[in-house]
Amino acid sequence: MDMMQLLISGLANGCVYGLIALGFVLIYKATEAVNFAQGDFMMLGAFITIWLTNTEYLGLNFYLAVPIAILIMGVLGYLLDILVIRRMFGQPQIAVVILTIALGFIIRFVVGAIWGHDPHLLETPFAGKELKIGALVLGYEEIAVIIVTLLLTFMLFTFFRKAKLGQAMQAASQNQLAAYYVGIPVKKIQSLVWALAGIVAAVAGALFASKGAIDPSTGLLGIKAFAAAVIGGFGSLPGALIGGLIIGVVEPFAAYYLPAGYSQVAPYAIMLLVLIFRPAGLFAQMQNKKV
Amino acid sequence: MRFVFKRSYDDDIKLFKHRPQFIYYLLLLILLIALPWLIDDFFLGEATNVLIWAIAGMGLMVLTGFTGQVSLGHAAFMALGCYLNVILMQNGVPFIISLPLAAILTGFAGAIIALPVLRLHGIYLAIATLAISILTEDIIVIAKNWTGGVMGLVAEPIEIFGLDIDRYGTPVLFYFVVLFIVLFVLMVVRNLTRAPLGRAFTAIRDSEVSAQALGVNVTKTKATSFAISCAIVGLAGGLLGHYAGAFNHETFNLVFSIQLLLMIVIGGLGSIHGAFFGAIIVGFLPQLIAITRGSISSIFNLGSLPLPGIESAAFAFILIVFILFEPRGIYGLWIKIRTYFELFPFYRKNMFKRQKTYLKTERMK
Repeated sequence: MDMMQLLISGLANGCVYGLIALGFVLIYKATEAVNFAQGDFMMLGAFITIWLTNTEYLGLNFYLAVPIAILIMGVLGYLLDILVIRRMFGQPQIAVVILTIALGFIIRFVVGAIWGHDPHLLETPFAGKELKIGALVLGYEEIAVIIVTLLLTFMLFTFFRKAKLGQAMQAASQNQLAAYYVGIPVKKIQSLVWALAGIVAAVAGALFASKGAIDPSTGLLGIKAFAAAVIGGFGSLPGALIGGLIIGVVEPFAAYYLPAGYSQVAPYAIMLLVLIFRPAGLFAQMQNKKV
Repeated sequence: MRFVFKRSYDDDIKLFKHRPQFIYYLLLLILLIALPWLIDDFFLGEATNVLIWAIAGMGLMVLTGFTGQVSLGHAAFMALGCYLNVILMQNGVPFIISLPLAAILTGFAGAIIALPVLRLHGIYLAIATLAISILTEDIIVIAKNWTGGVMGLVAEPIEIFGLDIDRYGTPVLFYFVVLFIVLFVLMVVRNLTRAPLGRAFTAIRDSEVSAQALGVNVTKTKATSFAISCAIVGLAGGLLGHYAGAFNHETFNLVFSIQLLLMIVIGGLGSIHGAFFGAIIVGFLPQLIAITRGSISSIFNLGSLPLPGIESAAFAFILIVFILFEPRGIYGLWIKIRTYFELFPFYRKNMFKRQKTYLKTERMK
């Protein structure tokens, strides 16, 4: 039963990693850039939700606060693209990477300056409630995390597959110039993708903060999510989720079976192995062009 | 306005373009040698710090600036150089041998790691090196028999030809040791850019396909670049160990790696000057912020506001401003200003306009 317990908590953790990884993949899929600040976005989303919900701040109803936080993060993502990222249009990809790394530092500082560096916990209506199945004890938060993540991944996956906008996003990333020619408003699409990434970050943040305390340096968790995205194969939405789950599950088991110190290495070691032996990730997006 | 007449092909790779340039650098060198008598020990220590950062910056510049491969993990190699140097010294190897040896071993380690990692491109390479940086931090803790784990190690004072050199005891001597190594690395890197190998680096940066077509062995050249870069950074790591005195796994963390990359971007990618400009920013920014904060809080009577992370945030802000408005960094800005005066009044706004490229996916080959 220990195993089951570890597995479930690992899955719940993995879902959060997967959600952050989804943010990476979204932006990568649509703009071919990598947002190194996605973890910090998640942290910012969590703090905005906490600020709206917790009684020591605004104390709004949880079910009202979360949509507002999602809206705020969406708008922030959109504004970020219009004000900063769009100016990078046509610059080498790596410039965007460096820019987002810098953004991460600034977000961490701003959140620390506003809400302080103490750990915060989101007050949710289902906090502390547990579901007992046999000897298995499941927190409501953990169940919520898993369900919401699966739902969101499925929605995004269908969105990219079926919706016109999603397909336009993919086209814009595959060849900007060609996308322009067929009438896709590439710049607008990019802004929308950043807004979407903000929304996903807000959901991930709210889920993360309901599961455990969060402080500004939690944004660095993004790096772990990075590992998840790489394992799944950058550019694949289900891959990101599965990569996240792998990392999430490996972590508690490594901590349980390996001596202290080695367990933290596990996620990155897996990522490095994947990068070396299967650089395109488990769900490869690389394809040879048909001539 | 100055005209440089080139009379032979060798004029293109001369160390100095014209005589005044040589004189400027000579004056700068004299200033650097006279520095210990011009400023007090505290600022001399800061200047030493800047010089060490500049060495590390030059190291990363070889890889990122000249060869175009982004590394987010160079703190790992700095740590390697630092630990190797101190461990060798603890086993009785004198500093004159241990530091170069540590640098060479770091270079070898870099070459071994480079071979699998450099098959990756762009973002994937950045991610892989990022993982190396994180792993190194944990490995240092795990291998505590050699590295002292969380407790870290203490660098012994240096002894060269019977002279005791210590950062606090004899800061002037330590400054000269660092200055000597800076000049050495500077010569290496400068000559590298003039040699066929350096030109191969630049060819790879500008277009891997055309470099290959011109007969450059891309994999080998990239690995060489990685190795040279790691060796130089290892040298900087060894010096930093002596500068800091004591160090542990947290000294060379991920933020350090990132800061190193951000530093050369602010300074100006692809130029040796950039490494120095970036190092000056990184070295003096904390002091500048402390002074500004002191004056602001004394004006508004705020007392001392604790704002952790303000240094990184200010640094990041400067970086964003540069990336948006002056992607060639401080050196690019300087070139523009210089050209403006050299060509006065014929400078045109779009003289340094960068060509924009439309993005194509990496996922389709």
